[in-house]
Amino acid sequence: MARTTPQSATAESMSRQQREIAVSEFFLKNRHLLGFDSPRKALLTAVKEAVDNSLDACEEAGILPEISVEITQTGEKRFRMDVTDNGPGVMRQQVPRIFAKLLYGSKFHRLRMSRGQQGIGISAAGMYGQLTTGAATRILSKLPKAKMAHHIEVQIDTRKNTPTILKDAELDWRPSFPRPAADGACGIPEASTHGTSVAIEMEAQYVRGRLSVDEFLRQCLVANPHLQLHYRINLLNKEVDGDGQPAAPLVEGQWISWMRLANQLPVPPVEIKPHPHGVELGMLMQMLRDTESRTLRGALSEDFSRVSSQTALDVCTRAGLDPKANPRRIANREIETLFKAVNETKLMRPPTDCLSPIGEELIAGGLSKEIQAEFCTAVTRDPTVYRGNPFQVEVGMAFAKAGENEGLNADDPVRVLRFANRVPLLYMAGACAITKAITGVNWKNYGLAQPRGSLPVGPAVIMVHIASVWVPFTSESKEAIAHYPEIIREITFCVQECGRRLSVHLSRRHREHEVERKRSYIEKYIPHLALGLKDILDLPGKDEDRVVQTLRKMLERSHLET
Amino acid sequence: MAKKTKKTTVKSGEAALLTSRNDVSQRILTVGREVFNDIIKKAKKPSLRFPIRSLANVKYDPKTGYFEIRGKTATRTLSYNTVKTFAQSMRLLATTKKDLLDKNDIAGKREIYYNSKSWGECRFEEQPESDTLLDDMEAMLGVNREQIGYIPEERGGDVAGPLTVFDQNPSTHEIVKINCGKLGTGAWSIPARVEHLKFESDAKFILVIETSSLFQRLVHHRYYETAKCVLISMSGVPTRACRRFIRRLADDQKLPVLVFTDGDPYGYCNIYRTLKVGSGQAAHINRFFCVPQAHYLGVTPQDIIDFGLQDATHPLEEVDIKRARDAMKNDPFIKHHKEWQDALNQMLKMGVRVEQQAFAKHGLNYVLETYLPEKLKRGKFLP
Repeated sequence: MARTTPQSATAESMSRQQREIAVSEFFLKNRHLLGFDSPRKALLTAVKEAVDNSLDACEEAGILPEISVEITQTGEKRFRMDVTDNGPGVMRQQVPRIFAKLLYGSKFHRLRMSRGQQGIGISAAGMYGQLTTGAATRILSKLPKAKMAHHIEVQIDTRKNTPTILKDAELDWRPSFPRPAADGACGIPEASTHGTSVAIEMEAQYVRGRLSVDEFLRQCLVANPHLQLHYRINLLNKEVDGDGQPAAPLVEGQWISWMRLANQLPVPPVEIKPHPHGVELGMLMQMLRDTESRTLRGALSEDFSRVSSQTALDVCTRAGLDPKANPRRIANREIETLFKAVNETKLMRPPTDCLSPIGEELIAGGLSKEIQAEFCTAVTRDPTVYRGNPFQVEVGMAFAKAGENEGLNADDPVRVLRFANRVPLLYMAGACAITKAITGVNWKNYGLAQPRGSLPVGPAVIMVHIASVWVPFTSESKEAIAHYPEIIREITFCVQECGRRLSVHLSRRHREHEVERKRSYIEKYIPHLALGLKDILDLPGKDEDRVVQTLRKMLERSHLET
Repeated sequence: MAKKTKKTTVKSGEAALLTSRNDVSQRILTVGREVFNDIIKKAKKPSLRFPIRSLANVKYDPKTGYFEIRGKTATRTLSYNTVKTFAQSMRLLATTKKDLLDKNDIAGKREIYYNSKSWGECRFEEQPESDTLLDDMEAMLGVNREQIGYIPEERGGDVAGPLTVFDQNPSTHEIVKINCGKLGTGAWSIPARVEHLKFESDAKFILVIETSSLFQRLVHHRYYETAKCVLISMSGVPTRACRRFIRRLADDQKLPVLVFTDGDPYGYCNIYRTLKVGSGQAAHINRFFCVPQAHYLGVTPQDIIDFGLQDATHPLEEVDIKRARDAMKNDPFIKHHKEWQDALNQMLKMGVRVEQQAFAKHGLNYVLETYLPEKLKRGKFLP
């Protein structure tokens, strides 16, 4: 068809239209991939990216994190987000690229557990703000030893994926955080000598509920007990006075502060080298080309974890390659043989000190802070491996006290809190491996009702945390964990262990209820028995009491004690 | 009512079988004392013992003439499961003693049920609960509930024929004479309590009839004059009052009793059997309520052939067959009498049942003009 059309394109004409696509252009068109598909979700995603960055920076610098989040409405569908931390600050020359260049960051190339992975998040938030409001991202950053802070405003040149600096000035600024006074009122704010503040204005919508910023922050605290957090929201005044003008344009919200539960930072995870079993062929080729070692044997033992010099020798022998060969000059076909040999060789599992689990005690603590629970438990499993990447699963479970928790009803499905590397996941629960694992467990064994193929029913919260050097998300917006069988199996085992503990609790509770029910039944009828006896025999009241006492003791001994 | 009535009854010697109210009161006291001693002196869980009331716990001896209760008893020991019934039993005993026996009063079963509504959470929720406990109590005390002061609420039965009943005006105690031969087209109803009645009769026998429509036909044609008999209609399984009335009348006037029911297993094994020897359910009081002198007139399976009723029958239904087989296997009375087993087997073989009214096939009055005289002439009845 195309050949017969007179205007049909030729290779030459087509070549004029063919050009490189900047990653920023790609994500500008596909912003839903990054979590900016609706105004409501955009606000949450922006806060999430900023908070993730702050926490990562603080932990890496060994600082107990303190963060304030402020949401301010600037128009009917416009909001500004201000996230301030007490982190180490950002070097002036790095600011533009960190905040206005996609895929720029420190975390992509290393194997170590962190919240951010790709270097997209905060720049994408800025890009979204710029697209919907035209405003720039404003960064204030103060280094500990510097006298002044710098104030930088940047935008992203989406065609080239490079930052454009709109303002670069020095400013006398220090990050400060509210300190609630003893009586709950606002105390004198406390300033830190270092920290960063990022402000982005965007088209957004603020809705309370399960998918809100509030919920995200609250869950953040469960997974980050060492975090001290302040939050307030300022909304435009909707009420109008006599002349049709708002009485006061803005209603300033009250700061809500959550003090930290743990006064120690999590054990910092250690960076590891890639494990040969988790590396794909192309990656192996790339790594051999980039190695600094001069021999193949050296490259294998230096650049990978769990490959000793001896093992490297074994692998070379198995592949029929010269261990002394120059790794940069090995033919691709030979690398394929090598790849096969590596996978046939038994290796130790990758080291797991690259992970930093929350820990059973703190999970239980965090849950019972959030929920009035009659039963609370947590299990941290030993680390294991998928595709060569170490990962670790933790599960916490809380069974709510009846009637003391809003939104936790006995007839509703249990609430599932999902976390990946300490970051709460709010959206796309249905697509997540965590949900799949929980629905796959037979909860009737543990005393909870469960409709076929659904979450169990009950006033309970199940929290699942997956820590990994590389969490396999289903998309760049990092909302759901991919269905790796190894991961689902680990979650299942972990959830089942909690379930067993829950069932012990529930059956004890059931027994106690049963005893209580029997006791009250017995106590209800014994006085009648005594009364009848008294009427028949004309007993004095003293004897009637004796009959009641004796019978109660008798029946309680035989029916209530087991 | 009743204080003087009772005295008259005792004086008249009519209640030789009966226990005085004082005795019953004493028995309740004994039960109460045992329960109290168990609890306080012996420090063990109290229990109540009841005779088991079922066909499995009766024996039939033609010399005594009724189903006699055997020794099997059930023990209700106080436990979590029985605490409610136990408490209700004690309160029921207390009410019976204080409100009925000591005050010489009477109460209906339904009144007892309502009376319990003042017991708080110990109350009976439904009447069957209180009825069952009343039956238990009767059995435990070895008396019938009429003696305790509980009056039944069922209709007794109808009487017509050459019989004069001497009743009393309940308030004035004046003697009231009822001539059952001079009631026109109607009949006299048997009262709930019959112990105080006296009789005068020149009848030759008593004819007890199952259905009231046949009874009315016989009354209409004044059959009782022709046959010189007292006619009594039961309307199904006879009530206690009806059974007691027939028994007292037959004893008093030394009259034979003939029974005429539908020809089916229910008529044989339930209506006739209960009238003659009592029931398993009321085994503890059968000796008051049986009529050992009763004999079965018809309709027998053989009558179907002898009187040409083959085309006026109905096929036996599943329940009939089951009832007949069950009776041959478990009913001590049927088991004792080969004639009855033969009759039931004959019926099962024929596979049909017949109603009293079936004789209308040969003409409306065939039953009183031909069937009954013929049967009486033959004088062969089932035991």
